Amino acid sequence: MELTLAIAIGILFGSGVWLILRPRTFQVIVGLCLMSYGVNLFIFSMGRLRMGAAPILTKGAEIDPSRYSDPVPQALVLTAIVISFATTALFLVVLLASRGFTGTDHVDGKEREQ
Amino acid sequence: MNHWIIAPVILPALLAPLIVLGMRNDLVLQRVFGLAGTLALLLISGGLLYTASVNPPEVYFLGNWPAPFGIVLVLDRLAAIMLTLTAFLALMVQLYAIGTGWDGRGKHFHALFQFQLMGLCGAFLTGDAFNLFVFFEVLLIASYGLMIHGGGRDRLRAGVQYVAYNLLGSTLFLFGLATLYSVTGTLNMADLAVKVASLPEGDAALIRVAGVLLLLVFAIKGALVPLHFWLPATYANAPGPVAALFAVMTKVGAYATLRLYSLVFPPDTPATGALFGDLLLPAALVTLAVGALGVLGAVTLPRLVAFAAIASMGTLFIALSGFTAESTAATLYYLIHSTLATGALFLIADLVQARRGDSSLRHACPPIAQQGLIAALFFATAIALAGMPPLSGFLGKLLILDATRDNLTTVWPTILVTSLVIIIGFSRAGSQLFWKSHASPADPAPRAAEPLAFTAVFALLAALVALTLLAGPVTAYLQATAAELMDGAAYVAANRLPELP
Repeated sequence: MELTLAIAIGILFGSGVWLILRPRTFQVIVGLCLMSYGVNLFIFSMGRLRMGAAPILTKGAEIDPSRYSDPVPQALVLTAIVISFATTALFLVVLLASRGFTGTDHVDGKEREQ
Repeated sequence: MNHWIIAPVILPALLAPLIVLGMRNDLVLQRVFGLAGTLALLLISGGLLYTASVNPPEVYFLGNWPAPFGIVLVLDRLAAIMLTLTAFLALMVQLYAIGTGWDGRGKHFHALFQFQLMGLCGAFLTGDAFNLFVFFEVLLIASYGLMIHGGGRDRLRAGVQYVAYNLLGSTLFLFGLATLYSVTGTLNMADLAVKVASLPEGDAALIRVAGVLLLLVFAIKGALVPLHFWLPATYANAPGPVAALFAVMTKVGAYATLRLYSLVFPPDTPATGALFGDLLLPAALVTLAVGALGVLGAVTLPRLVAFAAIASMGTLFIALSGFTAESTAATLYYLIHSTLATGALFLIADLVQARRGDSSLRHACPPIAQQGLIAALFFATAIALAGMPPLSGFLGKLLILDATRDNLTTVWPTILVTSLVIIIGFSRAGSQLFWKSHASPADPAPRAAEPLAFTAVFALLAALVALTLLAGPVTAYLQATAAELMDGAAYVAANRLPELP
């Protein structure tokens, strides 16, 4: 399971890096999205991967921490998802405004001369 | 628990939505509330500065959750200094923006301004590494809005690159934090300091990776070469007052580096040793050199100031990389000085640009309105920023040279030679802007006096003069701050961490 997840994070982040090096702003924003998916999975896996373990303790009964998964990375990943969603939305607005002003979707604001 | 500690975060956080929702169409009301908010922030910061100087570090437990489980805000001398500096600069920038009408050129300037202050204050106060990330995002989101305030083709083009660069930085920040959490199982800074100091040998490699990743993020914020590429275009294209406020944004990178690497990864940590200082010093030297060359080669006035900002960050990080009490005190003195001087110079550049209608340094233009006054202001600020006597830049550089006495072969020549290069760059720009204009017989286009704008610039310069005249008491305060930073015990004790079984 660790290997699968590690490869998935690697592919997501690698694709993201390739895309943000492309000249079109749409490719850049998709690349940034892929990278944030990669980092979210990475944070999630930092609490150790567990199958079938809940992060919320049950009331009353004696607590055996080894039967639960770590809740902190799950809380962190929620925060990170919200923030990356908001910043991506804002970036989209800036992109569209820039497209309107410059008339091109090239990241430099002008087409490369042939 | 002292509830004033959270006031610098709460106040702008409440004020900003109020401005957006309640007074979006009334610029006068926005100005009144914005100014009142920033003034209140300055007063609160002043009070906190006094509290921090008489008390040991104080912790504010959010929701009264005990330390490593809840989020904490920590008020110590360093945080209080940064708060006061930010509030003072912000007030002057706001006065300038109102005086020149910059705030009316787009919507929501004052709301974004308050959100920016909230992010800055939160970042300086927080004692939790993940919370630091959250406040970084708050201040960045506000800065995206401020940067493209007023619109325009070049500004938006630079804005796209600025946002993309910082989103990449945020991704790296999350990687660093996650790695840090996987090794130590905590993100509270005081708890991190305890855990990292007693880390088993096998985890040394991972903690180094986490430390270097975080250092990269702070280097992006602090515009350290080779991660500085976002800065010149952003600062040169941002509205003048916004660029002046951004003078404190690069300092957030320096602050975070100082906080984390003196508390969590001090040079005597067995797992990391002097790794971070050794990485920072060469990068800082190159930053200083690149900044100085940029000052010499800049073709427009805002770019010249942007490169001067990069050079001052280089000088700052040179002192920072020492991580001794002496070098930290020098860092803090230079930090205060360079924030005020860079802010003032961005405002002056905006004054010139507004009157000249052209920011190019390649050709001379006819004289501008209030030329003598603006030239004098430029002259004084350039002297301060280049590090010439009699202003505080000279004292700052002197303190840094004194703190790096044992590095005579690399640090001293770099600082001294680049100072000369920066002086030449500034003199070239000044003579092109102000002296050569007299060759043209045309009379300057008349322009209203804008007393508020000049008041703001004069106040920043007066603060520089005060920093010079009161250098003795200020350095004594900063030395106590540095001593507090070097000995993290008080900071950790304030968090009241539970005893390990």
